Amino acid sequence: MSRFSPYDNNGGSCVAIAGADYCVIASDTRMSTGYNILTRDHSKIYKLADKCILASSGFQADMKALQKLLAARHLIYQHQHNKQMSCPAMGQLLSNTLYYKRFFPYYTFNVLGGLDNEGKGCVYTYDAVGSYERVGYSAQGSGSVLIMPFLDNQLKSPSPLLLPAQDAVTPLSQSEAIDLVKTCFASATERDIHTGDNLEIVVLNAGGVHREFMPLRRD
Amino acid sequence: MFGFSSLVVRMSSSSIVEAPPKGGFSFDLCKRNEMLSGKGVKHPNYRKTGTTIVGLIFQDGVILGADTRATSGPIVCDKNCEKIHFMAPNIYCCGAGTAADTESVTDMVSSQLQLHRYHTGRESRVITALTLLKKHLFNYQGHISAALVLGGVDCTGPHLHTIYPHGSTDTLPFATMGSGSLAAMAVFESKYKEGLNKEEGIKLVTEAICSGIFNDLGSGSNVDVCVITKGEKEYMRNHLKPNPRTYVSARAYTFPKKIEVLSTKITPLKELAQVVEAGDAMEE
Repeated sequence: MSRFSPYDNNGGSCVAIAGADYCVIASDTRMSTGYNILTRDHSKIYKLADKCILASSGFQADMKALQKLLAARHLIYQHQHNKQMSCPAMGQLLSNTLYYKRFFPYYTFNVLGGLDNEGKGCVYTYDAVGSYERVGYSAQGSGSVLIMPFLDNQLKSPSPLLLPAQDAVTPLSQSEAIDLVKTCFASATERDIHTGDNLEIVVLNAGGVHREFMPLRRD
Repeated sequence: MFGFSSLVVRMSSSSIVEAPPKGGFSFDLCKRNEMLSGKGVKHPNYRKTGTTIVGLIFQDGVILGADTRATSGPIVCDKNCEKIHFMAPNIYCCGAGTAADTESVTDMVSSQLQLHRYHTGRESRVITALTLLKKHLFNYQGHISAALVLGGVDCTGPHLHTIYPHGSTDTLPFATMGSGSLAAMAVFESKYKEGLNKEEGIKLVTEAICSGIFNDLGSGSNVDVCVITKGEKEYMRNHLKPNPRTYVSARAYTFPKKIEVLSTKITPLKELAQVVEAGDAMEE
């Protein structure tokens, strides 16, 4: 007799890369449990504000609950301040929201991508209970162990301990970053059974939000 | 009294030189491992072939099919492994479960069949392979996790069997095994009929395997097919490759970041000693 578990793991991988004047956020569209595919077309990317996009993997129900909560908080913010929340502010809000449930966590692994107040790309990476850091690039989810070392090799970021503080954004152009993201997912799909079907890429820059899809292996 | 008698046994056995083991498994470390897992030590993962394997009987013989993915937890450790094993020239066997178990059990029975053929000078029968496999698996009470689909054609006609890890067997016109067995069986149940010809049979087997490949995460990559008919066999390795890589970067990869050398210090292991010979030893 096994006890009821409130959690499930629905797999999936998320990647975000920050550039000088853009941010690329990507995730696959497979939702799975155990050895079963629940759907091949489930978007894990959620637009929280004009310049703020969340990609999350882990437990789908918690992802949904978290997205709804953040959307509600952002609506209140807009009514109170008559403006959209900035990406660094949303980063802090997400951290607080996750830590609020420290002892019954949202089982979600998040990357927040967007543009900061100067229009520079920014990426925030989280654990399930709200520890977060601003970085130049990040990967989360079931394929992160395969993707992260590759990103480290290709876009080694300066140590956050260096003085004066170094810019964390990657030196790549936007098209190079998108190419890198596509390669990451094509490779992760080869070896991670929970990643696959389709890749959704969202690019954020001064021109606005642009979305594209790429097919991945479906096995 | 018990302590005394056991002491005597121990003393007498220690004086006898133990014969080397004749074969089979060594259980020496079972006690230790039990103790370790009691203390919370995690055991390593084995390579499991979360698999789709199938077989069916058609008008001239038997067709076996398998996918080619081997996994270790959520990671794919072999994208193109072979799961249709040779048993005898007229018998093949698909394996699902722990890769090492399926490979060793089929290899072992295959060699027993070869010896049996040398002894009798006749073609092996499928029922012989079946009996050898199920006896071995039953002996180990399910600890050898091999789930098999055995197929072949002998002097009594075509045969198809499934064998479960505990040693129970089935004789069927069409069979599936492994984590993708339900997906594959759905195809067989809706489309199988008696007296299929070779092309129809291969097509149905391929479709069943593809169903497993696309709907079961434990199965993937390519389709292997083996057709066995009276006095003939055709092993079609990678009969279908439905999963090519979807993106290859046009740019060449560079690994630009060299590791920076901060300091260098070389410590010689030892001074080279000079050995001087002190005169000729054979002089006197």
